[in-house]
Amino acid sequence: MNRALRYGLQALLYGAFAATLGYFSTSPAFEPLPPGHALIRVSLNHAGQRKFACRTRSAEELAKLAPNMRAAEDCPRERAPVRVKVDLDGRTVTDLVASPAGLSRDGASVAYRRLPVPAGTHRLRVSFADDAAGTFDRVREEEMHLEAGRVLVIDFEPGQGAIILR
Amino acid sequence: MDAALPRPGRAALALERVEALFDAAFGQRLNPWRHLGALGFYFFWICCASGIWIYVGFDTSATGAWESLAAMDRNEWPLGAFARALHRYSADALVAVTALHLVRELSRRHYAAFRRFAWLTGIFTLVVLLAAGIGGYWLPWDQLAQWSLTSTTEWFDALPVFDGALTRNVVAGEQVSDRFFSLLIFLHIGLPLTMLGAMWAHVQRVSPARTNPPRALAWGSAAMLAALCLVKPISLLPAADLAFLPARLPLDWLYLFPHALMAWLGADGLWVATAACFAALAALPFATRVPRAPAARVSLANCNGCARCFADCPYDAVVMVARTDARPHARQAEVDPDLCAGCGICTGACPSSTPFRRDEELATGIDMPSSPIGQLRARLEERTAALAGSPRIVIFACRWGAEAAQLDNSATAAVEFLCAAMVPPSFVEYALRAGADGVLVAGCREGDCEFRAGDALTAGRLDAARAPALRPTVPRDRVRLVPAGRSDLAGLRAQLDRFRADLESLGPRARRHALPPKRQEKRHG
Repeated sequence: MNRALRYGLQALLYGAFAATLGYFSTSPAFEPLPPGHALIRVSLNHAGQRKFACRTRSAEELAKLAPNMRAAEDCPRERAPVRVKVDLDGRTVTDLVASPAGLSRDGASVAYRRLPVPAGTHRLRVSFADDAAGTFDRVREEEMHLEAGRVLVIDFEPGQGAIILR
Repeated sequence: MDAALPRPGRAALALERVEALFDAAFGQRLNPWRHLGALGFYFFWICCASGIWIYVGFDTSATGAWESLAAMDRNEWPLGAFARALHRYSADALVAVTALHLVRELSRRHYAAFRRFAWLTGIFTLVVLLAAGIGGYWLPWDQLAQWSLTSTTEWFDALPVFDGALTRNVVAGEQVSDRFFSLLIFLHIGLPLTMLGAMWAHVQRVSPARTNPPRALAWGSAAMLAALCLVKPISLLPAADLAFLPARLPLDWLYLFPHALMAWLGADGLWVATAACFAALAALPFATRVPRAPAARVSLANCNGCARCFADCPYDAVVMVARTDARPHARQAEVDPDLCAGCGICTGACPSSTPFRRDEELATGIDMPSSPIGQLRARLEERTAALAGSPRIVIFACRWGAEAAQLDNSATAAVEFLCAAMVPPSFVEYALRAGADGVLVAGCREGDCEFRAGDALTAGRLDAARAPALRPTVPRDRVRLVPAGRSDLAGLRAQLDRFRADLESLGPRARRHALPPKRQEKRHG
């Protein structure tokens, strides 16, 4: 094979490799959400209330303890799981229960859910419980317009008014 | 020779035919298929250099990263945009050649026994490469970065140990924190450094490691990358916005395919698929048995400690140790059977392998139990004695190359070796002295030796560029080295016909003995 033809073939093969790299480095385009959908993310990092109430120690009990351990109240460490229920237009789309972290179940409850929903106006209701009985004592209900591609984050921040929609 | 010894499988032959197409364009020596590992190193260095270039102007805060790259594209064009494109495409080329390297070695069943270490470190390198590559997509902090990072954290959050904690770093605020972003940058520096260590380990058991592609291939690849950067520069997507996901993302499928797979399989499904895939790859060397010739054996009575086997072994399976017998030599060869490929290159390097020795039972310093040098000499003598007509040609054929036995006829005799480099150059001279008009040494394609270095060692020995060398008294025009892969019998036949025509023009050899005089005397008393 003559030199020109060989170089031509080399150029062709280099070009084919480059074209493969160039194409697959950006194509085909990927749709991160189904067309016409928005995304609701439920993200939570919250320590639930203590599962059991504190109990006052009797004088006898205190006497049995070492002097440096004589706390007046005995407070079991275990916390209640945190429950979040999300209803969209009257239909429950998630109802998650996050257990407390840690061997003694005394840490924060962490949870995450990803909920693609059709774009449009929706009636959103978020119910939140963090006590041992699982009572939804905090509820937020709103009519929201979610355009396609919109990402709504549902969070819980006691310091910022409990249920946050961001 | 033992018929149960390994030969190339169907997958290897199929890929060899594809590679043969590239031979036409690049020639055998420059065929990129035979330099995939070295090209991987090369693209890695380009990726590092362009990455350092970008890092100089990169703002390492979450709020400033995107703007700094946008400014680089605006103010330093074409250098800024070129550097970013070079970084992207060299990384893409790196993962592409790594994947091809994996497929090629898999098709050749290069994963067990003495190759196990290289295989396992290669798998680890691939994992780190993918992690480093995906992590690189987070740093521009554009829409693709935001989505890729979130997908990755969602994937890890599927593990009970994280349980949603990681994704919170990305979604639970107006912007990710600079502290968290610094961690991402650290990952994109630390993982490539880890990868460099893995690449170093990957080539530890090969000698010498080929970590640089031939110059022509390096220039060609650099020109290809440069042209691609100019033709299709990388455009920065809009800055990350945690409240919005674009309808379509220009995905780099070479790295970010796991995200697309996760959308299809779910996070748990992707974990199962990933674990199954890598577990299967990692288990391959343990779960399957790839046949290989038994390890070389040292015969101290014939070893003078010259260290030629040590110098030529492509797998560092031979070491020189202090002498353990009473012979007056300082060292002796010792074979590590776990590292020995059973290629016989050491036998070809041993000066004791000369067939001119008078012993009826030829023994050498380091020999192959499946194909002892004495048997090969006997076979050569038998085949040479049976040759008739003119010109008489002996083919020393590599077991892994074209099946030279199919070219046997009354004037042509093929003798098979474990590797072309197992043929001691003295065998070539011996064949000519024993009656052959010419000797054709048929090995694998150039740069394609099953045992890495056999083709180069054979060429060096026949060209008297390295020991043991073909003696200058041997007429070089009667010796030909022909590279012919397993699927290239037609090419070998054509080369044989050409050699035969050349030998005819040279005329028959003046001296022709069935055996050299000394051996004749010995044999016939």
